[in-house]
Amino acid sequence: MIEMQNVYKTYPNGVKAINGISIKINQGEFAYIVGPSGAGKSTFIKMMYREEKPSSGNIIVNGANVAKIKDSRVPIFRRHIGVVFQDFKLLPKLTVYENIAFALEVIEQSPEEIKKRVLEVLELVKLKGKMDSFPDELSGGEQQRVSIARSIVNSPKVVIADEPTGNLDPETSWEIMDIFEEINKRDTTILMATHNREIVNTIRKRVIAIENGNVVRDEVRGEYGYEG
Amino acid sequence: MKARTFGRHLREGSKSLGRNGWMTFASASAVTVTLLLVGVFFMLMMNLNHIAKLIENDVEIRVHVDAAATADDRKAMKEKLDAIKQVDTVTFSSKDKELKDLINSMGDEGQAFEPFEQQNPLNDVFVVKTKEPTDVAKVAKQIEKYPYAAKVQYGQDQVEKLFKVLKVARNIGVVLILGLLFTAMFLISNTIKITIVARREEIEIMRLVGATNSFIRWPFFIEGLFLGVLGSIVPIAVIIGVYSVLYNEVQPKFDGFFELLPAFPFVLQVSLLLLLIGGLIGMWGSTLSIRKFLRK
Repeated sequence: MIEMQNVYKTYPNGVKAINGISIKINQGEFAYIVGPSGAGKSTFIKMMYREEKPSSGNIIVNGANVAKIKDSRVPIFRRHIGVVFQDFKLLPKLTVYENIAFALEVIEQSPEEIKKRVLEVLELVKLKGKMDSFPDELSGGEQQRVSIARSIVNSPKVVIADEPTGNLDPETSWEIMDIFEEINKRDTTILMATHNREIVNTIRKRVIAIENGNVVRDEVRGEYGYEG
Repeated sequence: MKARTFGRHLREGSKSLGRNGWMTFASASAVTVTLLLVGVFFMLMMNLNHIAKLIENDVEIRVHVDAAATADDRKAMKEKLDAIKQVDTVTFSSKDKELKDLINSMGDEGQAFEPFEQQNPLNDVFVVKTKEPTDVAKVAKQIEKYPYAAKVQYGQDQVEKLFKVLKVARNIGVVLILGLLFTAMFLISNTIKITIVARREEIEIMRLVGATNSFIRWPFFIEGLFLGVLGSIVPIAVIIGVYSVLYNEVQPKFDGFFELLPAFPFVLQVSLLLLLIGGLIGMWGSTLSIRKFLRK
């Protein structure tokens, strides 16, 4: 479960990114975060995995208050959150398998456990046949699937995606959405910032619209609501 | 830390040495050049120090006693010399002994002096050694005023000049070594910074998937250590080789003109020192560089 209580965020340069947001997202929900560029979507997303700290207010993610987590505990907190980016963030010198295993290696899982889990998620994203390929041998969609696989390999309760289809063509974007829906079916909360009107209007989910650092719209089966 | 994890850090640390081949070469070369200079300077300074000490210990004041002095006068003079607080030892050398020393020091030609044995023209001499070689001039001046001190000799100007030169050389050496060490540290920390920047993405992803800071730091730490140790290999080899040749081949040719520190414990000490410095600055450099990336 994710809960924001009266959250403000002002950057050191004076920019007020978030101006008092209170919101609640239940475990297993799927929510789109929409809004124009510079509205505060990225800050909203970044605070969820403690890339940014709120200036005031509380953010509860998986029972932990993000605003109050000590720096040294942040790595432990992140092990229960998966993050997916527009630019995939894969390591070019590692194979598909190694890229996914990397996430488990750095949290010191046993080799047997790593192998088991990596093969499981490879199955889920349908990339088992390409596990020995390097990222630059894959299409954009395949790379994003690897990135999703990595984000869920340690079975997080929440997956946060920042414009995951931003770099992909429409066809591929649908494939990616299929995977997110599949993950969501397994009771994983999904929070997805997006500009993709097609997707939001077709795969109907909760829509949280942010403008000028405030939630201006929050609908259970919402529409994108912005032009193009 | 689990053994498997440490193995991984070791593997990652050494793997990136090969992966960043040219960077590794550049960093290790920087260490090599610096350590080479540090090593040569250190060797030079230690030996200069050694030679200076030998010369210093040889510096003595020779007080020629006036021929008119009686045995009591000599005794009184010795007591006075002993009483000077900078004085370490006072040794009496009779004029007969002086003549014998003179004859011996001249070798075959010394025989020419033998006729003087019956009528020795030399004076009795007090050989005075000071506790601090630098006090020689002051003490000599003081002794000159004593009655029956016919002549007071010490290497006067030469000794003073030598001391000045040695002091300056020593200070310059120390400053240079410190400066070089600092430069080496800066170079290594900078090169490792470049390595880390090149792997910025990797660190970012590690942070994202929940690797702890120490987990992220270790491979770089090991890489830095390896770089430093790698860089110290050539300087150590050069110093062992060159110094052995100097000590065993070159020094005997000068036949006692100068005396180097014995090669055996010395090169080992210098090698260990270089290895230690290399390793330390490597680790220090990497710690310094990684810190920036682990903030927040």
